[in-house]
This record gives sequence, structure tokens and C-alpha cells, in this order.
Amino acid sequence: MTKDYIIDIQHLSKSFGDVKVLDDINFYVRQGEFITLLGPSGCGKTTLLRQIAGFVNPDEGRILLDGKDISGIPPHKRPLNTVFQRYALFPHLDVFDNVAFGLKLQKLPSKEIEARVKKMLKMVSMTDYEDRSVDSLSGGQQQRVAIARALVNYPKVLLLDEPLAALDLKMRKDMQLELKEIHRKMGITFIYVTHDQEEALTLSDTIVVMNEGRIQQIGTPTEIYNEPVNSFVADFIGESTILNGTMIRDRRVEFMGHEFDCVDEGFGENVPVDVVVRPEDVIITGSPEGAQFSGVVESCIFKGVHYEMFVDTDKGYELMVQDYDSFEPGTTVGLSINPDDIQVMRKERTCNVLEAEVTGEGLINMLGCEWECRVPEQFKQGDKVLAEVDFGKVDLLDNREDGKLGGEVHFLLYKGDHYHLTILTDDGDHLWVDTDDIWDKGDLVGIDILPEDIKIKSRND
Amino acid sequence: MKKVLAKCYIWLLLAMLYAPLLFIAVFSFTESRVMGSWAGFSLKLYQNLFSGNVSGGTALLSAVENTILIALIAAAFSMVLGTVAAIGIYNLKGRARRTMQFLNNIPMINPDIITGVSLFLLFVFLRFSQGYVTVVLAHITFCTPYVVLSVMPKLSQMNPNIYEAALDLGATPAQALWKVLVPELRPGMISGFMMAFTMSLDDFAVTFFTRGTIGLDTLSTYIYADARKGGLTPELRPLMTLIFLVVLVLLIIINIRATRSKKATE
Amino acid sequence: MIKRSSWSIPYLVFMLVFVVLPLLLIVLYAFQDATGRFTFSNITHFFSDSDSLSTFAVSIEVAIENTLICILLGYPAAWILANQKYNSSAVTVVLFLMPMWINALMRTLATAELFDMLDVPLGKGTLLFGMAYDFLPFMIYPIYNTLKKMDKSYAEAAEDLGAAPWTVFWKITVPLSLPGVMSGVLMVFMPTVSTFAISEFLTNNKIKLFGTIIQENINSSMWNYGAALAFIMLVIIGITTLFQGADQTDAEGGVI
Repeated sequence: MTKDYIIDIQHLSKSFGDVKVLDDINFYVRQGEFITLLGPSGCGKTTLLRQIAGFVNPDEGRILLDGKDISGIPPHKRPLNTVFQRYALFPHLDVFDNVAFGLKLQKLPSKEIEARVKKMLKMVSMTDYEDRSVDSLSGGQQQRVAIARALVNYPKVLLLDEPLAALDLKMRKDMQLELKEIHRKMGITFIYVTHDQEEALTLSDTIVVMNEGRIQQIGTPTEIYNEPVNSFVADFIGESTILNGTMIRDRRVEFMGHEFDCVDEGFGENVPVDVVVRPEDVIITGSPEGAQFSGVVESCIFKGVHYEMFVDTDKGYELMVQDYDSFEPGTTVGLSINPDDIQVMRKERTCNVLEAEVTGEGLINMLGCEWECRVPEQFKQGDKVLAEVDFGKVDLLDNREDGKLGGEVHFLLYKGDHYHLTILTDDGDHLWVDTDDIWDKGDLVGIDILPEDIKIKSRND
Repeated sequence: MKKVLAKCYIWLLLAMLYAPLLFIAVFSFTESRVMGSWAGFSLKLYQNLFSGNVSGGTALLSAVENTILIALIAAAFSMVLGTVAAIGIYNLKGRARRTMQFLNNIPMINPDIITGVSLFLLFVFLRFSQGYVTVVLAHITFCTPYVVLSVMPKLSQMNPNIYEAALDLGATPAQALWKVLVPELRPGMISGFMMAFTMSLDDFAVTFFTRGTIGLDTLSTYIYADARKGGLTPELRPLMTLIFLVVLVLLIIINIRATRSKKATE
Repeated sequence: MIKRSSWSIPYLVFMLVFVVLPLLLIVLYAFQDATGRFTFSNITHFFSDSDSLSTFAVSIEVAIENTLICILLGYPAAWILANQKYNSSAVTVVLFLMPMWINALMRTLATAELFDMLDVPLGKGTLLFGMAYDFLPFMIYPIYNTLKKMDKSYAEAAEDLGAAPWTVFWKITVPLSLPGVMSGVLMVFMPTVSTFAISEFLTNNKIKLFGTIIQENINSSMWNYGAALAFIMLVIIGITTLFQGADQTDAEGGVI
């Protein structure tokens, strides 16, 4: 183990009941680093933080602090401190006693306690508030006290659990700057949890993007923004258009019906890929001449600094474009994208591959129910097989009762000319669906698949 | 280990709490005049109770009847008065609201005896002859605050616009009240009613001071008088045992339903 | 649209007649003699009558003892019941509340007869036992409620700052549950002082509590002196509620 890893997390897993909230988490934190765990609610980031703090015990895996396993150590013996989500300031103690709480437990001389508390309150600009009751403070002030209360103990690592979530936008921006400043002054390692991607990009040295209990990507803010490794990260961080494409050969990719030069290599030839285009990277000009392709402006909204436009491209795709100039709806415009602004990502999957079992003549069991389909002769009843279903061949119905089974729209991506949905079935299986219909996250749907759209394969292939 | 100790403590306390109740239940199955002396197993007391052939005449049975009737009437009146009051108080602001809440708290803070004596003096002062009506009025007095307290949280949970929405969609105020407000408040009203009902059932002191001299008895005053005369009516034992069983079954049903609906919403 | 705040008027009128006026009448009668003339004699009589004074002293003493017993027995019980680790079912909580649905006098009489059968002489000891038995649920429930509602993050924050479990309990849990203890005290202390019947049954008339002498005076038509005694009690209630703090919104009214 390298010495400058203050925290090293190895193969951490945790389930609550049947739900796996953390699945084989591995990452390390360098001494003095500001690292952010970023993800949508329910992605496991808070559970991960609580495991580091010691409030939750991992099912599997280890947490090393300075190279020593701290998994079995109770929270009060860990040299880490936490800033809690809603601050958790003790309502029966005043500001001074809240901040002094940890120092008093260490039985430090009262002079030293007083000096350290005052110094820390000064650092968070809360001098003169010592005797105030915590209930009389504003959200931002409570926030400062909570940070002082944790930092006054000089923890090896400061854990922050969505500390700014309860503040209003203006206050949040101010506090972000102050946090960054405190981090710089104290030199203490910060592990920060948030679901706000902008906050993560502003504050962090390193971002760990999480979703559904897994780490999606670890990198600097620039890496995460410019080179997302999959469509989840691309969609979650910043605004982007994610499109289906084909890698024709190295440095050449096709999407939206056109071929583009790009900088990516090593995908192979004629391989389906996902392509990410950031709206600010699309160059928009008043005439199609000299541009890579053309389109017609469909809508244009002023967003404060720039204009946000939706453009119908010549091949029928919809593309989001941000520019400082505005173009009237109906205008024909020229569009171009620089090679290094095209981010190509390997597709995680190209069709649904489901585990199934042959249950009879032309019948299989998958996703917890029986389906009719053409079963090749080589398979007999009881054989375990794989069933392939194209994204576009899954029918979604308005009423979950009308489908063979029910599910919920769990995640959705707009891919320029259609939606790519992740459906969570009633039994907890995932199904990916391409559709032209508009659904919302959380919609309950019925699921049906026609017999001819299920292709059976051997599991050995 | 800690867990075992904790469980032991809880069950020990419960055993202490339930010892007298068990004592009553055991001695409901014997014919002896007094509890504590076992005169052989018998269902005679239960037979007496059900055939109405209770020692000391019909006094016990009419006391039971009075208790239930008074509790039902008082709880019903309290529910209506308290719900209307809660809606009113909820729409008050500042000092008016605090004053109403303070007044509402008085009957709950006051010990029964103060409520009883003060109402006694009121009826004497107004030269109101005491009896059924005064007892019911007194019960409404100390029951209504509980209804107000259980309806208030429902009001603050409720979307304040739904009443206006109903009016906006063409409902008359009465219709909006009946079709929108009441269904929203119903859980609070029901729990308020239940609380009022049990408070009334259990009351002794207030009834004692407001029942006058016409010989009106509820279960509590009957037991008090009976005990002062020396020796409780033996049929009280099976009666209490049955009440205990009914309450037990009701509470278990309510609890199972509550946990079920909690699970269903999760 | 009608102004719905006016809906509080019927209840206001009702309370003025049945809550405020009766309390004023206690004051009025307390300062009148039998012929209706203003006098302090009822109050001075109380302070010069050694019987009344000693009953008063005994009542306060019993009430303090009973309250302490209820806290000592009830706090650990409430803590255990509110702790997920030790108790996951609501049924146990209901079991503690259930005796309240059985007629209190009947329970008290049964307790007295149980002592009788066990040959325990009726007196102070049995009085305290019986009282604790009657009032324990009223102490457990509000404490249980505050503990149950307490934000767990306070305890976690304390632990995070280096407090061992026992320290967390004394420095965080106990101070934060004091409002629950206070409403428990409110529900136990004054009702204990004012009980009548219960003390008589549990001590075979050996120990009288303050409630009993109020009742005796009212029942023997000594309304003015009875009202004066009730007035003294009202004053004490006023003082204890002031101690509780003006904030009554926290007090747990409900017991279901």
C-alpha cells in the first residue's frame, strides 16, 4: 500500500434486506484530498459515508485508515468526524458547548478548549455567537457551527454528508467557496457526499460517480465532464446529447446519419457505440455552407448567459445546442463538431440478454413468467438458455395489468430521435427498451414481448 | 446479554401491572363473596351476570348501561364540537390562537377533582338540577380538548387548498365541508372520538361531583359506593374480566391492522 | 367565502361557560362565607388547621415519592421500549397502556385485596405501590414518545465526536428527553395529590390525601372551605405549569 493513501476502501459490499446498496466498492483517498461521492439519491453514497464513519458495518470488504483496518472499531473511537445532513447540532447546548463537545470528552484543560473553540469559530466566521442557542441560528449559521464542531477535533478525515442541501441557492454558492477555503487552510482530507453535480465539479479534487451501489467513474472534475465513460455519467454530469453511433474505424465515427472525425481509437471496426455531444460544443452558424451538416432551429430560449436551442437536423435527429448568439426558430443553420469534442463510449449492451429456461414446446420461463417463442430443436425442456430481445422489440403498455408483467420506468435517456429506457420489473430485473413514446421516470408500465422477437441461444456461446 | 436483561425488566414490570387484573380474572371463576378466598371453580358469577340476576338487584347493570350511554353521547358531542373548534382554531392567528389553545389545555391539565368541584359549583350557582344532563355536559367539557388535539395535526397535514379547490369546482361550502374536509379529517375525528369515549368510561371524580342526588350511578361511582359499603358485588369480577378481554382483542386487532397498513404503504 | 376562524366561536362560548366560569366560581366561593360575604377566613382557616396542613404535607410527600418511583421505574422501561435493538414490536407498548382501559377504582380495589390475601398490612408502602401501579403508564408513555421521536442523528453526532455509548446516554439522550419526563411529571404529580378514593382503599383510610378532604368538605356541604382548598390546589397547578414552561404544544395530550 502506498503511504499517502489515508483511506483505502477494498471490496466493500452492503445489503439491506434483499437490496444490495453497495456492490464491491474500491477506491482510495489521498492525504489532504477533497474527494466527492456523487450520485442520485439511493445510489449508496450516504451508506458508504456512514460506513467510513462507523455507523454501518460492511457485509464484506475492508476500510483501511492509514493502512490499518478500522472495520470493527466503533464510531467514537475513530479519528474521523462528520458534518451531518441536517447538522444535528445538540439543541440543549449553546454554540460554544456544541463546538466544545468533542474536546470536553477528551478531557482537555478548559483553557485549551476555549482557545481552540474560539479559533475554530473565528475560522467559520461565527465569533460572538458562542452563547447563542443553536435554535436561534439561521441554516447557514448552523452549518458553520456544525463544521466547526467537527473540525475542532482535528480529525484525520472530515466526512460531509450533503452539508449544503438544506440551504438556498445563494447561500449554497457562498458556502461552497468557504468550504474550499477551509479545506485549503486546514489541510484536512475531506470526503464529501452530494447529489449536486455542479457542487461536485466546483469543489472536488476527485469525483467518485456512483449509481445503484456501484462506482461508475473516478476522476478529476475535468475528466468526468469531458470524458464520461458511460451514458449514465454523461447524462448525470452536465447537459449532453447522447446518441447511438457506429465506430467505423479508428478516429472515424458515424452518428446522426453523418460521418465525423474523432480522436478515439481502439474500438474496432463497425462497432456500435454511444456518442456524447455537449450542447456548448456544437458550433452553430447562420448558413449550412462549410458546415458538417445542417438543421432547422425548432426553439430558442434565453438562459441568462447563453441561448439554448433545439435543432432538428437534416437526418431527423434533435440536438441541443448552446451558443451566445441566438437563431430564430425556423432558421436553417449549419452545424459542426470538432473531433476532440466528440466523446465516444463503449456500449454497455446492444440488446437485452436474459436468463431463461425451456419449460415446454415453444415455451420458456424468463423474468419470472412464461413466454411463448420459437425454441430451436436442439433445446429440450429444462434446458437453461439465454434469451435475446432487441431494445426496440419490447412493448410498453399504459396499464401494467395489460402486460405480461409490470415494471417501472427507472431511468431514461433521450438519444436524439428516440428514448432509451431502463425498466425495473416487479421482480427487480432490469430491461432496456428503445421507444418513440414519451414516458416519465416512475411511470408504471405493462411489459409485453412478441414470440417472434425472442431469440434463444445456448448459454455456452 | 443486555437484551435478555432488558426483556426481563419489561416483563417484570408488566407482570406487576397485570397481577391485580389476573387476580380479578382468577376469582371470577369462583362463587366466594370476597376475592382472595377460593371456594371452588364455578361459572355461577358469569351466569348471574348474563341472566341479570345480580346480587344487589339491577343497580350494577343499569350502572353499566349509564356508563356506556353517557360515554357514547359525550364522545359524539365532543367529536362534533371539537372538530368544528379545531377548524376554527387552525384558522386563527397569533394571540387569538394561543388563547384558544391555552383554554383548550385547561381541562387536560386540571386534575379531575378540580374539574369536578368547579363544575359542581357552576351547577349550584346556576341552580341547575344535577343529573344525567349535567354529567354529560361535564364529560363533554373534559373530552373535547382531546378531540381538538387529535384533529389539529390532520389539519396541518392537509393541503390547505383542497377546500378552496372544492369551492372552485362548484361545491357549496356545505358540500365542500362534507365531501372534502370531513373525509380528510376522519382519522383524527375517529381517534378523538375513541379517546373521548375511553376518557368518559374511565371517569370517576367528575361524575361523582356532577351526578347530583337522584341516585344516578356509572360503573365508577357504583364501585366506589359498593366498596364503601364493604365488599364488592361479586359479579363485578366476571364483568371486569370480560371488559379486559374485549379491550385486549380490540387493541390486538387495531394493532395488527395498523402494522399491516404500515407495511402496505412501505 | 365564510371566514372559518369564526368556527371557533361555539367552542369559545362553551369553554367560557364550562371551563372559565367554573374556575372563577372556585375563586369566588373560596373568598365567601356561607352567607355570601367576602372573607379570607377560609384561607386562614386552612393555614391554621393542623389537620389540613398535615394532610397537605403528606399529599405533597406522597406525590413526590410517587413521581420519583414512576420516573425510576418508567424511564428505563420507556428507553427499552423505544430502542429498536431491544424492542421491535408496538404490542409491548400497547400492553403497558392497556390497564388504563380498565376501571381505575376496580384495579385499585383488586390491588388492595391482593395485598390483603398476601397478608401485607395496608399503609404507606401499599399506597405507594398502588399509586405507582396506577400512574406508571402515564409516565412511560410521554417519555417513550419523546425518545421514539428523537432524531437519531444527535446520538450519532455525539458518538462521532468521541462519546462512548454511556456518555451519549447521559449527555444527549437524557437531556433531550427531559420534555417527555416533564409532561410525565405533570401527568403524575398533581393527579397524585388530588386523588381521593384510591388512597382510602389502599390504606384502609389510614392515609388521607388532599383530594379526599376537598371531597369530604364538598360532600358535607362545606362548599366555601372545599372551594378554598381547591383554590390552593389551583395555585399550585398554576405554579407547576409555569415551571413546565409556557410552551404547552409539546405536551403529549393523546394517550392512544
